[in-house]
Amino acid sequence: MAAKHKRPRLLAVASGGGHWIQLLRVVPAFGECDCAFICTLDARDQVAGHRFHRVPDANRWNKLAFLRMALSVMIVVLRERPHIVVSTGAAPGYVALRLGRLIRAKTIWIDSFANVDTLSMSGKMAGGVADLWLTQWQHLAKPEGPYYEGSVI
Amino acid sequence: MIFVTVGVQLPFDRLISTVDDWAGSRGRSDVVAQIGASKLVPKNIKYQSTMSPSEFRQHVVAAKAVVGHAGMGSIITALELGKPILVMPRRAAFGEHRNDHQLSTSRHMKAQGIATVVDDEAALKEGLDSIEGLVRSQEISAYANAQLLNRISTFIADVSGRI
Repeated sequence: MAAKHKRPRLLAVASGGGHWIQLLRVVPAFGECDCAFICTLDARDQVAGHRFHRVPDANRWNKLAFLRMALSVMIVVLRERPHIVVSTGAAPGYVALRLGRLIRAKTIWIDSFANVDTLSMSGKMAGGVADLWLTQWQHLAKPEGPYYEGSVI
Repeated sequence: MIFVTVGVQLPFDRLISTVDDWAGSRGRSDVVAQIGASKLVPKNIKYQSTMSPSEFRQHVVAAKAVVGHAGMGSIITALELGKPILVMPRRAAFGEHRNDHQLSTSRHMKAQGIATVVDDEAALKEGLDSIEGLVRSQEISAYANAQLLNRISTFIADVSGRI
């Protein structure tokens, strides 16, 4: 039987600001993937030609806002059915990785370049759900992860 | 135009009010600021609380120099566009952030010579006085380094092979 070539669906997730700007810098690596993006700000014009979803922002200190954000991310994950989920942080990305795992997507976490001394909270938690768990700082890498594989700069 | 930015999440009034005072005392009318969700009402500078990512980028494009908190969005965008950047890190002790990671980020940026870093308001005013002379940083490429791009591509190729 001939192998059928299928484009993987990829969902890339980042909060607005520095996380999003770092995510845009790895887009060339997505190659032939069928890409969709999630951001907490309206950044659709920066990923023209791809599907774009905006979700409300939230951190773990505001439970209600977090729940609302998680629900929005869930709707997108169920709609997009990604094979791969990639995030540069923060909370919405972590939620997307966890939900992605539930539908057997493979997941990548790239911890923010801003986290020089220690991983962010969501970055630490992502260690449990990311198939590829990365820090952008060599001195934060450990044999059991997170791994260092270069940086966005 | 000097573009001042404190990012999309938290206000940073210590920075904004210092720049506002400075603009007033020097009669500068070419300062534009993105001030975050702040109650502060600047008197001497043009300002808005938030802007879209592409609007943000357009402001950096139009600016002679960028002044900001030590956020990655501000720093990376200034580097991509080769604009000099003057940075004052947020301090957790003043309730400006949850922790002091901006201190570490700015120490690193200073060591690499990609940003001019000031620690307090007095130094910020001095920095603003010499902002025209700030060295233009070297433009960096628009994308992550090859090692990171290759690692992600390899991962994606592995997954593609199995679906």
